[in-house]
Amino acid sequence: MEFYRSHVLVCGGTPCVLGGCKAVRDALIGEIHRQGLSREIKVVETGCLGPCDLGPVIVVYPEGTFYGPVKVEDVPLIVEEHLLKGRVVDRLIARERPAEKEIVKYEAPSYLGPQKRIVLRNCGLIDPESVEEYIGRDGYAALGRCLSQMKPGEVIDLVKRSGLVGRGGAAFPTGLKWEFTAKADADQKYILCNADEGEPGTFKDRLILEGDPHSIIEGMAIAGYAVGADKGFVYIRGEYVISIERMQKAIDQARRLGLLGENIFGSGFGFDIEIRKGAGAYVCGEETALIESIEGGRGEPRIKPPYPGTHGLWGKPTVVNNVETLANIPPIILNGPEWFRGFGTERCPGTKVFTLTGDINNKGLIEVPMGITLRQVIYEIGGGIPGGREFKMAQTGGTSGGCLPRELLDVPMDYFSLAEAGSALGSGALLIMDDSHCIVDIARCFMKFFRHESCGKCTPCREGTDRLYEIMDMVSSGRGRAQDIDLMTELAQVMQRASLCGLGQAAPVPVLTMLKYFRDEFEAHIADRTCPTGTCGL
Amino acid sequence: MKSLEELERIKKEAQAMTKLREDKENTKIVVGMGTCGIAAGARETLAAIMDELAKRNLQDVVVTQTGCVGLCEQEPIVDIVKPGKPKVTYGRVTGERARQIIASHVVNDRVVGEWVIATG
Repeated sequence: MEFYRSHVLVCGGTPCVLGGCKAVRDALIGEIHRQGLSREIKVVETGCLGPCDLGPVIVVYPEGTFYGPVKVEDVPLIVEEHLLKGRVVDRLIARERPAEKEIVKYEAPSYLGPQKRIVLRNCGLIDPESVEEYIGRDGYAALGRCLSQMKPGEVIDLVKRSGLVGRGGAAFPTGLKWEFTAKADADQKYILCNADEGEPGTFKDRLILEGDPHSIIEGMAIAGYAVGADKGFVYIRGEYVISIERMQKAIDQARRLGLLGENIFGSGFGFDIEIRKGAGAYVCGEETALIESIEGGRGEPRIKPPYPGTHGLWGKPTVVNNVETLANIPPIILNGPEWFRGFGTERCPGTKVFTLTGDINNKGLIEVPMGITLRQVIYEIGGGIPGGREFKMAQTGGTSGGCLPRELLDVPMDYFSLAEAGSALGSGALLIMDDSHCIVDIARCFMKFFRHESCGKCTPCREGTDRLYEIMDMVSSGRGRAQDIDLMTELAQVMQRASLCGLGQAAPVPVLTMLKYFRDEFEAHIADRTCPTGTCGL
Repeated sequence: MKSLEELERIKKEAQAMTKLREDKENTKIVVGMGTCGIAAGARETLAAIMDELAKRNLQDVVVTQTGCVGLCEQEPIVDIVKPGKPKVTYGRVTGERARQIIASHVVNDRVVGEWVIATG
């Protein structure tokens, strides 16, 4: 067995890769070798550790010292001082803003604050390319238990009782979804993992796939057993190069250990997974468009009903689950539905993973219990707004999510409470904006995105996004008319009701919430031809 | 994968490998790695410790280093800290002495009195 006195974990999530962690890792390996420490110290590339804006970050065990941002030039010092001589390099320790508080130990409660890691239980703690490390942290134990001790109906019942709802944005109860497919009579059924994370600003599924790919495989295999499917596809965005690489490696390892393939755990149940790469169309994150794309067709949504649960991939009953939903499955099986209900709210148990971006001190990947308030996330975890500015707006769930003003800072963040507040939790981005941003300008940018991404199949979405953009462009350039606010509202409502799929139904959400909460800014642009923030060029 | 037992076996092996990343009360061996320690041969001592731990498959032991404690003439200095017990500091620990300390103190709980330079 390999025995090392120290492990150096290098964050290998995409944000850190962009920050240059590969060069840091290579420098570490080179420098450790040069100092003759190769047999004593192991360098492990891991998934996202969380504080992405401090990247590249590394953690040195057994001390758990958290360094970041680490540059290649810093490596010789860390190796000589810390790894050879045992002296922590204070200057390079990662510090949370704004208090410049040291992040001493990665798992320390003082760092995690109100966070709770269920989905990210392994992310940043294991080598995602090692199935053994996943197994070491109870990996595949849930699958083993399902196959050897539970009937498919019992698995579905357990997931139903947990209260888990889909984390892709629609919040449909996962157990119920599985039950529809389980009850459908067919010679072939499929499990699809929707990893076509297209919302601008959202990268949580990407980091889950990069940090813990085996949890997705295990979740899919359990779903397959529950509904009677022996084949699964992971549909990943083509741009997610690292996610695809690690997922493929994980699938290969699982096959090698017989965790995928025929007769898993000697139960007679067989399951296998293949990756399908998306070509970058936003609409392919919509489940029926995703299915069309896997079948080789053009990425356009289908008319529902029938739903994929009974008529999905190649017309067969198909479960489509989001990455984060699937990652929740193994711990729910192992710890039970009551355990899961201990987190979050009554109607929305569990946690939610967010990517925290925008005008906030500590950007990165977080996981919080459902029902936490926006205020807690921004001020307790995010460290507040930088540069002495004021909070203006937060958008939850990517570009198609709702915009929350200051008045809603204390609304519990779960799917239902936010829907009641006229907003939506959406998928997983949390974009924070300070008071220097012009709402009209932002609304225009959002609509420009949807105009580009609308697939054009149905009229309300194709024409609606185009006209909404036109009107917003007029308003933002000082050519708005008094009736434009009512016109935009009406157009947005028509789109919500008449569009074929989630794209056209959700595109008006940011517009409607902005018109509702920041109406005075639109009015100022129209009536006074001025921008109250003075930043949009009007 | 044939059975839950097989999974359990892989799990145990993997846990042994990643144990040092967990925040647990383990026996700690601290080697003085200041310039003085290194000059006196602390690198060889550390290598011997690593080798001995691997040979004996002692997974509950964490090895760390520290800087100069001001007793340069006693280097290489090694501390053994067992959970719930006072620290024992050994001086002039060669590789060979280190192996004996592991056998006697770490494994069998018998402090090697003649090489101890401080306790507590």
